Amino acid sequence: MLEIIRQPWPWYVSGTLIALIMALLLFFGKSFGFSSNLRTICTACGAGKKVDFFDFDWKSQHWNLLFLVGSVMGGVISMLFLQTNEPLKLSAATIHDLKNLGIIFDGQINPKQVFSFDFLMSIKGITVLLGGGFLVGFGSRYAGGCTSGHAISGLSNFQTPSLLAVAGFFTGGLIMTHLLMPFIF
Amino acid sequence: MKGIRFILAGIVFGIVMSKSEAVSWYRIQEMFRFQSFHMYGIIGTAVILGVLIVYLIKRFKVKDYSGQPIVFHNKEKSWPRYIIGGTIFGLGWALTGACPGPMFVNIGQGYLVMIIVVFGALIGTYFYGLIKNKLPH
Repeated sequence: MLEIIRQPWPWYVSGTLIALIMALLLFFGKSFGFSSNLRTICTACGAGKKVDFFDFDWKSQHWNLLFLVGSVMGGVISMLFLQTNEPLKLSAATIHDLKNLGIIFDGQINPKQVFSFDFLMSIKGITVLLGGGFLVGFGSRYAGGCTSGHAISGLSNFQTPSLLAVAGFFTGGLIMTHLLMPFIF
Repeated sequence: MKGIRFILAGIVFGIVMSKSEAVSWYRIQEMFRFQSFHMYGIIGTAVILGVLIVYLIKRFKVKDYSGQPIVFHNKEKSWPRYIIGGTIFGLGWALTGACPGPMFVNIGQGYLVMIIVVFGALIGTYFYGLIKNKLPH
């Protein structure tokens, strides 16, 4: 059994479980949306004293912070107990394209070339990691949600704004991947 | 402790994100290059089932665990914030290969450099709050 769980899960299993997590949170009286946590953390750090946007009762979001803590723990559990030694089965076309960008596929979840302290210590590295994070944080709050809030919760409820947001996610992703990354890497 | 169910739900989320490889920078690149069905399969399955779940909850007026009706909040109707904000989000998603959930799952996986990405996301969130009133929504 554990041997089966250790293998990468097929998309239909993963997609089904994500929908069930959304259902579970609804049953708990909450709504699935991860990026709200970023606002909550800002407020918990005292941002509400200076900026109105962060002046709200963040304790009401306590549950979501617990969900966040759980997700980190889920990552730890996967790393410790649910790994195989097999390399990620990335498509040959992607391996080829990344090679042209100078990023060599190493079979891990993330390229060591980008997610290492060596890269972080370079000007390019700190710009990519800090700047990329900035865009995600700024963009998700501006759009009022991220992949979980818009693509999963919002689309499931036929929200046109969420469809616009998801169209935006892909527009941005395609611009970065095809137009900007050749200049960045 | 009442909150433990949220921790457990989070743990399941973290494991699903990990085992589906949705936390992988490589998989996100593959998705934005249309070179695999994998990520589209995950999101597509989740949305189709999600639509069914939301429909059933509304149709049968399902109550939550405490007996309260489950309510869905409609997103505020407009377009600039979703298109512009969404596009900015997408730029960062492709570059870091991580949306907010997977950033944290990756830290758990031992990619400690992701802490810097999270730090960037917090600065971005704070900056949005700071200039919110000057932006078109």
